[in-house]
Amino acid sequence: MSVIYLLLALSILVALVFFIAFILAVKKGQYDDSYTPSVRMLFDDELITEPSNKTSTNNKD
Amino acid sequence: MNQANCFHCGDICVTTNIKIEEKQFCCTGCKTVFEILSESDLTNYYDLVSSPGAIPEEIVGKYDFLEDKTIVNKLLDFNDDKHQIVTLYIPHIHCSSCIWILENLHKLQNDISSSQVNFGKKTVRVSYNSENYSLKALVLLLSSIGYEPYISLEDYDKAKHSVDRSLIYKLGIAGFAFGNVMFLSFPEYFQVSGYWIETYSPLFRWLMFGFSLPVVFYASADYFKSAYKGLTSKLLNIDVPIALGITVLFVRSTIEIVFDLGTGFFDSLTGLVFFLLLGKFFQQKTYSFLSFERDYKSYFPIAVTKIDQQKEETPIQLYEIEKGDRLLIRNEELIPVDGILINGDANIDYSFVTGEKESVPKQSGDKLFAGGKQTSGSIEIEAIKSVEQSYLTQLWSNDVFNAANADGFTTITNAISKHFTIAILSIAFISTAYWLFADASKALNVFTAVLIIACPCAIALSAPFTFGNLLRIFGKKGFYLKNASVLEKLADLNTLIFDKTGTLTTSEKGKSEYEGLALTAEENNLLKSTVRSSNHPLSRQLYNILDKHNIVSIDHFEEHLGQGIEAKSKDNSIKLGSAQFVGQLTAKKPLNTEIHLSTNNIYKGKFTFYGAYRKGLSKLFNILKENYDLVVLSGDNDGERGNLKKLLPVKTKLFFNQKPADKLEYIKYHQSEGSKILMVGDGLNDAGALAQSNVGIALSENVNVFSPACDAILQADKLPQLSGYLKASQQAISVIKFSFLLSFIYNLVGLYFATTGQLSPVIAAILMPLSSISIVVFTTICSNYIGSKLQ
Repeated sequence: MSVIYLLLALSILVALVFFIAFILAVKKGQYDDSYTPSVRMLFDDELITEPSNKTSTNNKD
Repeated sequence: MNQANCFHCGDICVTTNIKIEEKQFCCTGCKTVFEILSESDLTNYYDLVSSPGAIPEEIVGKYDFLEDKTIVNKLLDFNDDKHQIVTLYIPHIHCSSCIWILENLHKLQNDISSSQVNFGKKTVRVSYNSENYSLKALVLLLSSIGYEPYISLEDYDKAKHSVDRSLIYKLGIAGFAFGNVMFLSFPEYFQVSGYWIETYSPLFRWLMFGFSLPVVFYASADYFKSAYKGLTSKLLNIDVPIALGITVLFVRSTIEIVFDLGTGFFDSLTGLVFFLLLGKFFQQKTYSFLSFERDYKSYFPIAVTKIDQQKEETPIQLYEIEKGDRLLIRNEELIPVDGILINGDANIDYSFVTGEKESVPKQSGDKLFAGGKQTSGSIEIEAIKSVEQSYLTQLWSNDVFNAANADGFTTITNAISKHFTIAILSIAFISTAYWLFADASKALNVFTAVLIIACPCAIALSAPFTFGNLLRIFGKKGFYLKNASVLEKLADLNTLIFDKTGTLTTSEKGKSEYEGLALTAEENNLLKSTVRSSNHPLSRQLYNILDKHNIVSIDHFEEHLGQGIEAKSKDNSIKLGSAQFVGQLTAKKPLNTEIHLSTNNIYKGKFTFYGAYRKGLSKLFNILKENYDLVVLSGDNDGERGNLKKLLPVKTKLFFNQKPADKLEYIKYHQSEGSKILMVGDGLNDAGALAQSNVGIALSENVNVFSPACDAILQADKLPQLSGYLKASQQAISVIKFSFLLSFIYNLVGLYFATTGQLSPVIAAILMPLSSISIVVFTTICSNYIGSKLQ
């Protein structure tokens, strides 16, 4: 039995995992809005660097 | 004078006494917003972007209709006993601070569990606990911090639509299959025979076959459908040879691997579909923050206040208004139906309907038309028609609004594909016939090879990539097109029609002239100080025009809605406003906007405002007159005829007093005579003309504000560049024609291999991506070059 079968099966499996991840991402709407997340990502940082008066409100549910 | 800017909204502060600590505010509204935000520790809002806010509007009673359960249910995305989710459109969303504050709504109100902004669409999706909180409270909260949502009749009618993401799925599948098939076919590219290939090639081939199945049966399904549609309507569109090519590729490849004749062309097949879908995706660029499909529904409110016999005020849904209903129209509200004024000071701004910006005073008993906006306090009207039958809304029952717009492949591609398909089929049959005599075993091989190699991938890609790229470039320059076919129509026009008010003229920076008795220095000071205190647009305009004077303190100031303002300082009093207001009863109905002025109850004179024409207009018209017929259709009276004649080229046709339906008919008539018409307009009064014309461009001072249904939206300050855009779209057509030529050359090379029976999978696999990619590169470079010459 050649190792090629194992390698082929593995490579296709890995490819399929990424493919399914892509489909799920599209389905969840991650490709609908490509701008807002890029801005949102930066906010959390600012909240952490400014802990002064935001103690009670920092926790998101 | 200290010209401080408002800490909240960035406007110039007229007075200096509204402040908190060191922070200046222009009005108490802005100050209140700041207070609300600082109470909840949300002042980070001001750190992200300076002065991000908007002045909160007066909204008392405006959202009472949100207590109505059926209306609320129509607006909600999700509703169960405890939770409600709603998506609201908020026009003010414009910066990262907006995202931040709107996503931190839960800090302002505990019952809001989460909120998420879509910046591109300017929407916020809020979920909240509906046991203690309501949609109305949410809308009021948003309004109180300057983010008033825009809720229109359109939201009420809108069916809950799901997002169509099928193209992304298809593209993903085709790309996935293309990559894997390429890997699997590599061994056979380089090694033709040998032990290794002989042992494993069946496995590799069947794997490729497996990968190509979803590509053929799912990803390329649209091409088969479109080809079928084209054939049934006896039209050889570009999808016919594409579908034929895909079918032949798949069938021949399958036969080859079943009978162990060769590797097949799965690599070319998946690559072809992938590139085609890529082109489609590229062309599909849309501007999510713009809407090109608006009708009156996006302007009209969902509900108005009905007054029943017991004088009770209840909100009523617009479609439920019946003849004879008494309605209360508040200040700044739109009149939704044709009606008769019962009581109140009516001062109706019909700029939506006619494009004329001054408001018209009406007496009790006068007929009011739907679409007018009340501008001075509340009025009561009695409906005499239902919403759909009103004068303005009837315009939308015209057929042009219901005609289905043909979308899909552009005409230039389809025009060529007809000849192309016939040519390819004849070459295929002739060469097959030749090989039947020369070497019958190769005949079928040659037949399929011709159809495979001639599959018009490159041709199908030229238009999408050129148009798609130019669409993007135009968008960056402030000219937003609905889709690629608009670009093609832009290149083929011979008549340009312009609206006047709001299109050729600006709403701001009007010129004014003063007529009457000279004013003393003291009076001038008082005048300047008075208009400084008023927020009315005309006051602002007058303030900017007046020379600089000392500001005097005003002891008494009163603004009479829709009529004028009066002010007192020491011994002097001043009155500004309409002719009646200052006591000039004999004045004729003016042709232009006027402000009358009296001091100490003595009539002094009037300021007359003239609409200012946009800069660069003469130059634009002089360039355009070389190639196009130019027409101005105005809803206004002909008070400006003289000025327009001076400004525009002699042969420009001028028409005045054109009603919306007249404009539409004018265009229809000239189209029947063979004119290809571009209409440039702004208000709803042009909506019919914009829809009827070949290309309708809506001019907009602020693209985020609504514009009527159209094919393209142009930023108002870019109007002088219109000639450049028209020229660029013509050049784009030439680029496409050149790339057709280029792809014919590729096809000829391919056909040489095909007709001589030498087409191997490797040659197909090289030639196809090579032609596609080089066409994409060629069109991209050319369209970027065209775009770089635009201003």
